[in-house]
Parts: sequence; structure tokens; C-alpha cells
Amino acid sequence: MIEELSHDQILRYSRHLLMPEVGLQGQIKLKNSSVLVIGTGGLGSPVALYLAAAGIGRIGLVDYDIVDSSNLQRQVIHGTSTVGKLKVESARERLQDLNPDIQVDIYNEPYTSENAMRLAKDYDLIIDGTDNFPTRYLTNDVCVMLGKPNIYGSIFRFDGQVSVFHAEKGPCYRCLFPEPPPPGLVPSCAEGGVLGILPGTIGTLQATEALKVLLGIGEPLIGKLLLYNALDMTFDFVKLKKNPNCRVCGPNADIKELIDYEEFCGVPGHHADDTSAGADWDITAQDLKARLERDPKLILLDVREPHELEIAAIQGAKNIPLGEVAQRMAELDSAEEMVVFCKRGSRSARAIEILSSAGFKKMKNLKGGINAWAEEVDPSLPLY
Amino acid sequence: MNHIKLLFFATIRDRVGMKSLELDIPTDLTILQLKEKIGVDYPNLKESMKSVLITINREYAFDEAVIPLNAEIALFPPVSGG
Repeated sequence: MIEELSHDQILRYSRHLLMPEVGLQGQIKLKNSSVLVIGTGGLGSPVALYLAAAGIGRIGLVDYDIVDSSNLQRQVIHGTSTVGKLKVESARERLQDLNPDIQVDIYNEPYTSENAMRLAKDYDLIIDGTDNFPTRYLTNDVCVMLGKPNIYGSIFRFDGQVSVFHAEKGPCYRCLFPEPPPPGLVPSCAEGGVLGILPGTIGTLQATEALKVLLGIGEPLIGKLLLYNALDMTFDFVKLKKNPNCRVCGPNADIKELIDYEEFCGVPGHHADDTSAGADWDITAQDLKARLERDPKLILLDVREPHELEIAAIQGAKNIPLGEVAQRMAELDSAEEMVVFCKRGSRSARAIEILSSAGFKKMKNLKGGINAWAEEVDPSLPLY
Repeated sequence: MNHIKLLFFATIRDRVGMKSLELDIPTDLTILQLKEKIGVDYPNLKESMKSVLITINREYAFDEAVIPLNAEIALFPPVSGG
């Protein structure tokens, strides 16, 4: 155990030391603390930056992705100079520059039922900065089973949620959401968009809660859910209750070990945005180009939102946004062959499901969406 | 009859196209029955009702909770972005 702070450290943390709620003893406590951050994306960026700056002695980072320039609108731990690098390495470089005193452990792997317990067990608390439902349920169950606090944050467009799930003292994520939403119902940020500042707001709140829990000060959001809306600039609080029927933290819990979370949610946990309608439906951009050369009258159905057409469009495509497909399918002829597309392929997969259950059969899903078309066929279109 | 106010958040607000709504419901209606009613009145919310978080006067409500008079009911969908 590290018992003292050096003179350099006393100067570095002097604004903390001045407050009795932290003080020298609190700062030493932070130095001896460890936090595992799941995901180094929008939420993980501010969380890791502020926890490193605050002097948390050991920070673990879990991510398997590579920095992409479309991340930089919100993932401020990365930079233009680290595009193409592993996210965990890019993040570690930035954290070590910000605070060379701390230890940064990196895990360049997806967080799964196989490695989650092993990765989480040696940390004092866990930050949920993931971007999909399977990994959120996994993070929750791991924390319940290990008895560790789970600092939860989640975002979409202009809305954010924050809570502290600590099953020994209050409800867990499953108490609130016993069932995952039906697959495809809740769009990801890659499909629906997100205000770049939103994860900054929510992530700094998560970092604040983490610090309070580690120091044992203030009133953490245990048994409370904070709901933030950036457009209305409202913070609403909801009082939560432990669910007596909770399958993981209730008195009759039946989930005693980690399960298959992708099966439970019906969606993949990794590269969740690349979901397709299934290989039978897929057509590649190259194949579509060849088909259009043979059959220029082939019907193209674009299920993106109208404002996305301003960014990139395929000429001659009919636009019916996904949300209107069910009501407007009379405009389509089920006898004609049709290729459905969106930005990356998941909304079009959902549209194909809807049309298929209404009796449409002659459909193909453009694999990788208009982004794949831009990459492989028409480089005059931008990627977004 | 019981006159209540519904508040919509996040993706549910986008789907229904409004922030709030006032309506009359039978007294002694439970949250589960309200979810079913919403699914019928607003078919594009039917799927959302399977996983929505519902509060009565800013407190989490389980399915079997009976809706009190003049309650403010809020509907929060799960969001997963990060």
C-alpha cells in the first residue's frame, strides 16, 4: 500500500487537499483505488480523463476497437494523431500524459461472459460506458455477483441516464429493465446520432459518482435514476425500488452465473451496428452495381430519414423512413424485386423484417448500406 | 374516471410525436393495463411497452401498481448508447 504523497503529488492535487471532504487522507484513498472502465468511447473518454486527473491509482480500460475519425466528435480522449490506433492504446497515451503517476492497464478485447469476471474482480468499482444492451446486462450481472458498485451511464441523441447500481444497497439495472427491448427497436448512436457533448455531460456525472463512492462522501445515485435532456435542459430524478422478482439480485434469483447475453438480448454485443437481415437477404455493393447495369429498373428503397439524403443519396431510390414503412407499404409492389438500404444495413434489415411479415419476398438488403456503396462503388459520396 | 398525465421521453417521445398527453382512464387501472391501453391507442408504441420504465409521480412503478388519482405517469425507454 502506498501511504504517502510526494511533494509533486501534493502540489498536483492541492485543490483536492484543500477540501475537507477529500483532504490528504481522501487523496491517498484515491491513489490506492482502482476502477475498470468498460468502453473507451463517448462515455469512457471523459470518465477515464477525469478519474486519471483526480489521481485514481489504477485505471483499467477495456475496448477492442480502433480509433476512427467519426469518433472524434465526442470521444475526446482520442485525437486526430491516433486515428487508426487501438482505442485502449490511444487512451493510455493520453492518460499517461495527463497523469504519469497512475497505472493504466489495457485490455484490447471485447468484454464477454468468458473474460468479464476475471477482468472485473481486481477493481474496486466498474464504470459502464458500453454502447449496447448485451454488454450492459453483462456488466450489471458481473457487478451483482462480485458485489461491486456499477456506475451506469447511457445516452441517445439528446437524452442521458445516470445511476449507481449497487445491489447490496439498492436496485440493479435488471430491477429497472427486467427484459431487454425487442431487437432493433432502440437505435444505436451510429444509426440515430448523438449530440457530441452529451457523453461529456453524462460521463463527467459518472466520474463524479465514482469518486464519491470511492471516498464515501455525499449522496451517490443509489436507488435514484437521473434523466437528463439536453434540448429542454432538464434533470429529472426518479426514485427506484429493488425488484423483488429480480432474476439476478432478488431473493429468488435464478441467474447465478453469467449467461449468453447476445442470445438473451437477441442482438450481437460487438459491432452491434453491423447487424444484417441474415446472409440470405444480403447483396454486396459490387453485386448491386452489376445488377443495376443489367436491370436499371430495379427498385431501390432507402429507409433512412429525409435529412440524411442531404448527406449522401443513391439516385432513383425511393425514400420511406423506417418508422413509416409499416404504414406506407401500399406504395410498394411485392411482385417487383427490390433492394433495401440505409446507412450501414441495420435499419434496412428491420425494414425487411417488417415487409417480409407482410408477405414481401423479393427483397435484398444492401450489406453495409450506403457507406459500403460509397466505399466500393461511388467514391464521390461521403462516408458518415 | 381518473384524469392522468402521461410524459414521454427519448425514443418514445420521437415515436409518439409529443412530449405529454392528458387522458381519462378507469379508476383502479394498473400499470400493466395502462401499457396495454397505450399499445392499442398508439400501435407504434406497442413494442416499446415491453421494456419501458414507468414512474408514478416520479417513483418507479411495477406492473401491478394501481394508478392513483390525477397521477403523473412518465415513460422512459431504455437507451444503450455510450
